[in-house]
Amino acid sequence: MSDLRKVSSNPHIRAKDTTAKIMLTVVVALLPATLFGIYNFGLRALLIIAISVATTVLTEYLFEKICKKKNTTGDFSAVVTGLLLALNLPVSVPWWIPVIGGVFAILVVKMLFGGLGQNFMNPALAGRCFLLLSFPSIMTNFECDAYTGATPLAAIRAGEGVMVRDMIIGRTAGTIGETSMIAIVIGACILILAGVIDLKVPGSYLASFAVFVALFATLSGRTVSAPYISAQLAGGGLMLGAFFMATDYVTRPVTKKGQYVFGIFLGFLTAVFRIFGASAEGVSYAIIIGNLLVPLIEKATMPKCFGRGGERS
Amino acid sequence: MSKPGSAGERLFNGIIKENPTFVLTLGMCPTLAVTTSAMNGLGMGLTTMVVLALSNMIISALRKIIPDKVRIPAFIVIIASFVTVMQLLLQGFLPDLYLSLGVYIPLIVVNCIILGRAEAYASKNSVWSSLFDGIGMGLGFSAALTCIGAVREILGAGEIFGIRVMPQSYVPFSIFVMAPGAFFVLAALTAIQNKVKIAGEKKGRDMSKIQSGCSEDCMHCGKAGSCEHKFYDTAKTQKEGR
Repeated sequence: MSDLRKVSSNPHIRAKDTTAKIMLTVVVALLPATLFGIYNFGLRALLIIAISVATTVLTEYLFEKICKKKNTTGDFSAVVTGLLLALNLPVSVPWWIPVIGGVFAILVVKMLFGGLGQNFMNPALAGRCFLLLSFPSIMTNFECDAYTGATPLAAIRAGEGVMVRDMIIGRTAGTIGETSMIAIVIGACILILAGVIDLKVPGSYLASFAVFVALFATLSGRTVSAPYISAQLAGGGLMLGAFFMATDYVTRPVTKKGQYVFGIFLGFLTAVFRIFGASAEGVSYAIIIGNLLVPLIEKATMPKCFGRGGERS
Repeated sequence: MSKPGSAGERLFNGIIKENPTFVLTLGMCPTLAVTTSAMNGLGMGLTTMVVLALSNMIISALRKIIPDKVRIPAFIVIIASFVTVMQLLLQGFLPDLYLSLGVYIPLIVVNCIILGRAEAYASKNSVWSSLFDGIGMGLGFSAALTCIGAVREILGAGEIFGIRVMPQSYVPFSIFVMAPGAFFVLAALTAIQNKVKIAGEKKGRDMSKIQSGCSEDCMHCGKAGSCEHKFYDTAKTQKEGR
C-alpha cells in the first residue's frame, strides 16, 4: 500500500523518444532528397549542403559557448536546420550564401528567442526568406551546368507546357532538394512510419492547395486540367515544405483542429502567392506567415477541459 | 554633473541619459521609416531638432497662459506651425531631402518626442532650460537616426553618406534598406547600448543617472516594480493630489 502513495509529479508516462532521436529520423528522411539533389546537380550541391550544416552547428555551438549556456548541438536540430536551408538554395549560389543564411537562421531566429522550442518561426525558412529578400538575383538564379531553362513553376506561369513526369522524378531546375517529388515522398513515408509526423498538416495543406489553386486559376482565366494541378503540386518547394517544414513541432499548432486549420490556411496562402503573387513560388512565405498565426490558431482551437463549457445550470 | 535645468545638464540628458530613441523608445515611426541612409537619418533628426527646440521654447514661454484643459490642442497648434515653416524651408532650399523624407516631414507634428517633451518638460520649466532640453533631445534623436541610417546604408548599399566604403566585391544585403532591416538594426543598437550600460553597472559605476524617464511618480510609472527609487510619499505627489 505504501508504494501506491508515492506519486511523483507529472509526467507519469515517459516515451523513449528524445529530441535527438526525432531529429536524426528527420535527417534520415531527408537523405533521399539530399542524395537525389547531389546526383541531379553534381558535387557542388554537396559542398553547399556541407557549408550550410557546418555553419548552423558551429553558430549554435559558439553562441552557447559565448553566452555560457548548455551545449545543445547534440540534439541535431541545428543539423536539420542546416540541411533544410541548403535544400532550399539553388546550386549556383556562392559559398557565403549558406553561411549568412545559416547564421541568421540559428542566431537571430532560434537562439535569440531562447533556442529550440522557443523559435516562433521555422529557422531554415526564415533564413531562406532573409536571403531571398537580401539577394533576390542570386537566390532566383536556377541556371547551372545541368539545367539552363526556367523552373517548372516559372514555365507554368508563362503558360508553357511542362513534363509532369520529369517533375515527379526530379529532372528539372530548382533548388537542391525540392525537385524530386519521389525522393521527398519516400522521406515523408519514413517520417510517417516512424511516427514522427502524421498526415494532418501535410494532408490538409496539399488538399486545400489543390482546391484553391484550381479555383484561383479559373478565376484568373486559365484552363484548369489535371496535368496543371499535378504540375502545381509537384513543382517548387510545396512537397518539401508540406512534409518537412510545415510539420515542424515547434512552429505548428499543437491542437488537432488547429493543425487542420493551419494546413488549410497554408494551402490558401500558397495558392494566392503562386497565382496572384509577383514571383512563381510562395511556399516559404506562406509557411512563415502561417507560423506567425499559430498562437492565435491554438487559442481559438484549444479543446475544452472536461466539465467546462456547455450550458450553465 | 551640473545642476538640473542648466544647458549642459539638459544636453547630456537628451543625448545620453534619456536618448529618445534608444532609451525612451519614442518616435519609432520616423526612426524605422526614414533611416534608409545616413543622410536621411541626419536630415530627419535635425529637422525634428529645430521644431523641438522652437516649440519647447514657445510652449515654455506660454505655459502660464495656456489653460490646462486645452493644453494638448494648444501644443499641437504651436508644433504644427513650426513643422509647416520647416516643411516650406526644406522644400525651398533642400528639395532632394524634402523628396526623400516625403510624408514624414508633416508627420513630425504627431511625433511623440515633441509632444512628450512639451507635456513632460516644457510646460513645467523655464524657457532657457526648455530650449536646451529641445536641443539635447533633438541631438540625441539625430545621433540615433544617423547611427541607424549609417549601419543600414553600409550593410544595405555598401556606402555611407553616398560614399562607397565597402570593397567593390561586396554584395549589399538589400534587406537592410527595406523595412525589416530597420527593426534588426534598431534592436541590435539598443542591445549594444544596454550591454554597455549593464557592464558599467557591474563595475560599480552609478548608471542610475543613465536610467530613463523618471518623473518621480511611481504610481504612474511602468517600471516602478523593478526600480530602486520610490516616490510614493514625496511632497510632490501629495501636493498634486495624485
